[in-house]
Amino acid sequence: MADTTGAATPDIVAEPQVEGGDDGVRRRDFINIAAVSAAGFGGVAVLYPLISQMAPSADVLAESSTEVDVSAIEPGQAIKAIFRKQPLFVRRLTDKEIAEANAVNISSLRDPQTLAERTKEGHQDLLVTMGVCTHLGCVPLGAAEGENKGEFGGYFCPCHGSHYDTAARIRKGPAPLNLQVPEYEFTSDTVITVG
Amino acid sequence: MSFPWAKEYTPANPVMKFLDEKLPLPRLVYNAVGAGYPVPRNLNYMWNFGVLAGFFLVLQIVTGVVLAMHYAADATVAFGKVEHIMRDVNWGWLMRYSHANGASFFFIVIYLHIFRGFYYSSYKAPREMVWLLGVVIFLLMMATAFMGYVLPWGQMSFWGAKVITGLFGAIPVVGEPLQVWLLGGFAPDDAALNRFFSLHFLLPFVIAGVVILHIWALHIPGSSNPTGVEVKGESDTVPFHPYYTAKDGFGLGVVLVLFAVMLFFLPNYLGHPDNYIEANPLSTPAHIVPEWYFWPFYAILRAFTFDFILPAKLWGVLAMFAAILMWFFLPWLDRSPVRSGHYRPLFRKFFWFGLIPVMAVLFYCGGAPAEEPYVMLSQIATAYYFLHFLVILPLVSSFEKPEPLPYSITEAVLGSDKKAVLGENTTPAT
Amino acid sequence: MIRPIAILVGLGFSFVVLLAFVTGAYTWATEEAQHTAEHEFHLAPHSPEGGFAHDGPLGTWDVAQLQRGYQVYKEVCAACHSLKYVAFRDLAGLGYDEGQIKAEAASYQVPGIDPNTGEATFRPGLPTDYFPSPYPNAVAAAAANNNAVPPDLSLMTKARHHGPEYVYSLLTGFGPIPAELKQEFPDFTTPTGLHFNRYFPNLNLAMAPPLTADGQVTYAEGNPEPTIRQMAADVAAFLTWTAEPKLVERRQTGWPVLGFLIFATILAFLAKKQVWSSMTPGRKDD
Repeated sequence: MADTTGAATPDIVAEPQVEGGDDGVRRRDFINIAAVSAAGFGGVAVLYPLISQMAPSADVLAESSTEVDVSAIEPGQAIKAIFRKQPLFVRRLTDKEIAEANAVNISSLRDPQTLAERTKEGHQDLLVTMGVCTHLGCVPLGAAEGENKGEFGGYFCPCHGSHYDTAARIRKGPAPLNLQVPEYEFTSDTVITVG
Repeated sequence: MSFPWAKEYTPANPVMKFLDEKLPLPRLVYNAVGAGYPVPRNLNYMWNFGVLAGFFLVLQIVTGVVLAMHYAADATVAFGKVEHIMRDVNWGWLMRYSHANGASFFFIVIYLHIFRGFYYSSYKAPREMVWLLGVVIFLLMMATAFMGYVLPWGQMSFWGAKVITGLFGAIPVVGEPLQVWLLGGFAPDDAALNRFFSLHFLLPFVIAGVVILHIWALHIPGSSNPTGVEVKGESDTVPFHPYYTAKDGFGLGVVLVLFAVMLFFLPNYLGHPDNYIEANPLSTPAHIVPEWYFWPFYAILRAFTFDFILPAKLWGVLAMFAAILMWFFLPWLDRSPVRSGHYRPLFRKFFWFGLIPVMAVLFYCGGAPAEEPYVMLSQIATAYYFLHFLVILPLVSSFEKPEPLPYSITEAVLGSDKKAVLGENTTPAT
Repeated sequence: MIRPIAILVGLGFSFVVLLAFVTGAYTWATEEAQHTAEHEFHLAPHSPEGGFAHDGPLGTWDVAQLQRGYQVYKEVCAACHSLKYVAFRDLAGLGYDEGQIKAEAASYQVPGIDPNTGEATFRPGLPTDYFPSPYPNAVAAAAANNNAVPPDLSLMTKARHHGPEYVYSLLTGFGPIPAELKQEFPDFTTPTGLHFNRYFPNLNLAMAPPLTADGQVTYAEGNPEPTIRQMAADVAAFLTWTAEPKLVERRQTGWPVLGFLIFATILAFLAKKQVWSSMTPGRKDD
């Protein structure tokens, strides 16, 4: 209501006033839509820091590489190290274990990989894997002396009975994949850097 | 709720219809802050601060929950955890500075909201309960803010905790055991830090609950307005949405611009450098001050320096608590039948030339060192502060001749209100 | 009933506080105001000539200066002051690459344990390590420094008013007691083991002047002359970075956010005006 004397009632003013014709209506709608959109954009933009604050922080990311001295591991022994707050198995294979691993028909495996693919050239006796069962994340047995190594002489996960062979490949049980080989390299003949 | 002409919620689609039948949440929102809540058409920008306070409460809860994900309430690591948030957590600096400055902005809008209430006598019948719940919210906010300030475990955190809990030591007989009980020890340490963290996390949700009661109580009589004349008919009101959502949206934008300036360019301006020094029980900062929003009450506390029957320290503590608690009695202290300061010439003078400058002095002196002339200034201001609320306010209406009130809100806005005068299309609010 | 009680309470509090005012005012009027040397001769901190590159809302890091400041910290301050909230990996912010950071970290010995025996020992630092403290604990730090523990410097520029200026002024502010001070306060002395500095709150500072000669630190080719003022400014800039490594990132986030908010607020204003246009008397709908 544009006149100065009349009492505007909400019922009347709620109607769109078409004073400037169609252009006026469009412009009015445009401003409201733009204002609400801007508020919406702002609200969505705020979500970005709120979500990303839960991702690993800079100090956690910085700890994502670990050095392991492998010189003291005798054939047949394994050590547990920690990589990204998870167990890492480093195992020196005996000749017999290497032979067993190489004797397996690859095509019969659930997750076909050769031992050579899972170790570094020239260091085929050194098997570096995560100590995390690929089923639901338990720590398999078999790294420490006297632990159950499972039916295939590698690792055995007690949670749901997954058996891994001497190349830490899944052979029996519910786990879908072989124990993961993390990215690593030999920084010298006796030291590996994982991650 | 209150006015018969309030629009009724009609579900726009089958989903909303289903929801409305099973759990009428959309209807509740519609009637609380939507088109179903008729609001006086003449609210000025001072009426923005309620919604803004709600915004900052939500901001504090969201950023606070995020910060709690990265913090640990252990005296040996708390300070370092805050630095961890500032340096290593993704956007951690943004979260922490938002939370710290958000607290300040929460208090800025709350103080404006409260002083709006003082000027327009929003506390008067029929809105006494709205006011009482508001004072409860303010007290809870102060407790929450105080405990939150302890969490970074800097020098001011530690000594603030020590000094404020020391106030309870002024209470005769039970004071000292009470202080030890509050701290869970003889000085602030792990026990105090942990309980303050727990309560600092809990109280905001209590505040949110009381805010809902505050809004509920407001919706019984409906919002007040700058004339103080109650709504007489439909022409006096507009629906909250879109009229006040639009107006509050603009107000929110302005405040957020100011907030962003503080947050991104002056994030430590309202803080104190000493709180970037880790708590040290063996060394007191040269100049202990609380956060700025406590300054008026800190000034009142320190103004009592003379032992009169009771020890000065006890007088200070009593006065500081009385300075807020007496707000509970305002609805029954101010007897003027006129609400708005617009129409109360004498009250208006006391407000603008008494209360406002006195509050400014108290704010300034509370942050200043305890030396002259600040102590003397705060003593005069404190005397006026108590006289204003407890003596002047109850008596002023006896000496005051209010200016003529408009017949209705519509008349106040448009200059005349034919319909209202003729009794057309109107329904009494009561 | 409530109003008479309120009036009594109000008068009571006012009376007591006015009593305090009267006694305070009497003391103030009759007793001579205390003049102290701290009050009269303390100086407010000031900027180095030309200010800092990070000053102002558009300020940014002068990476070369931060590197020089780091060198000053390492060669001078680190002898006594820790920097415990800064990790070697953070040096990426000073423009060093991964290899340089690794080498820098390895040049420090950090506390560790012997992997075979578990005994406490030292090992070369890794990028994930934090700068090691020069003293094993606060007691050792106090014992070695005449009972004054050298404060950690990580947050120093945020822990003082006008921090960067304070650090610069303090480092360049040592000197003899001025003649006017001695004249006005004949009793004022600098106790043995303390050092006169007009930028320190009580004028006597436990720290001996750390930067004593131009050229104390040798800067690499292409850098300004390492005068005392230059070194002080550089280390003050470096400590600004250690206290708030996200300073520039924060401002650079702030500008677009501010721009968006102003834009959105203008839209909100137009929308508000439009919504209310039909309700405002005497105004044509636009």
